[in-house]
Amino acid sequence: MDDTDRRIMHATQAGLPLTPEPYQTLAEQLGLTKEEIMQRMAAMQTSGIIRRIGAVPNHYQLGYRFNGMTVWDVPDDKIDGLGQQVGQLPFVSHCYHRPRHLPAWPYNLFAMVHGKTQEEADGQIMQIAEVLGEYCRGRDVLYSTKILKKTGFRSA
Amino acid sequence: MDDTDRLIINTLQTGFPICDAPYNKVAESLSLSESDLLARLQALLANGTLTRFGPLYNAEQMGGALTLAAVKIPAERFDEVTEIINAFPEVAHNYARSHELNMWFVLATETPEQQQHTINAIEQQTGLTVYNMPKLKEYFVNLRLEA
Repeated sequence: MDDTDRRIMHATQAGLPLTPEPYQTLAEQLGLTKEEIMQRMAAMQTSGIIRRIGAVPNHYQLGYRFNGMTVWDVPDDKIDGLGQQVGQLPFVSHCYHRPRHLPAWPYNLFAMVHGKTQEEADGQIMQIAEVLGEYCRGRDVLYSTKILKKTGFRSA
Repeated sequence: MDDTDRLIINTLQTGFPICDAPYNKVAESLSLSESDLLARLQALLANGTLTRFGPLYNAEQMGGALTLAAVKIPAERFDEVTEIINAFPEVAHNYARSHELNMWFVLATETPEQQQHTINAIEQQTGLTVYNMPKLKEYFVNLRLEA
């Protein structure tokens, strides 16, 4: 990633221009050619600097009111296989291995679920529990009760 | 939001082409006009149905650092501590959650060193322990929700 890539990133951090030729619009803003913008954005997408180009909906506006951070305590030597399986469940949007902080925090596997009803979220949590089976040694679900701050930055 | 809006949201969560007239290309695939697609996107962003439309950058690939951190705040100090923590520009998202660890926030810094520095500063200013939970491994990330 060089300075030109960084300039493209800053110019698109708020979004892609809503003009018929958005890459041309960016090119004019940045004093580059449209071809260079398109080549560089495609390269950043290939290398993973750009995860994807697309729309990010507001969960609540789409009716997903039950957004739960499900957390699980599974054996460290099993977590990679289990994490892969949980991540494949169609309703899981994020799935990570994170460190425990004993004794306050015994959980090492995190999976975000999204339901339109409490029942839907409960059903999703049950399906995760089924995947983990006997390896699940403890679990909890933390629902967000209030958004205290939200900037444009994407989630961790 | 009508069925056409839903179709647009579902389609545009899967990706967007890099070509001369990408909105026209997407509009054609949805049997819409380019101007209708642009007008609807504008409206969905304006009314908050979409929080964003454009490239999603991966901070770690750019040399930056992201982490999730939690604190346990006594109920009577919650508002005061919220104010202290939210004042840090490095705090990108912050949520109250139903748990003894009742505040969870995402720290986004340009370097890993700044992350530790910010955590130390939050601990100093609040007098509370910050439980840092950086991801050790990512199994899946895809925020795609059926509209």
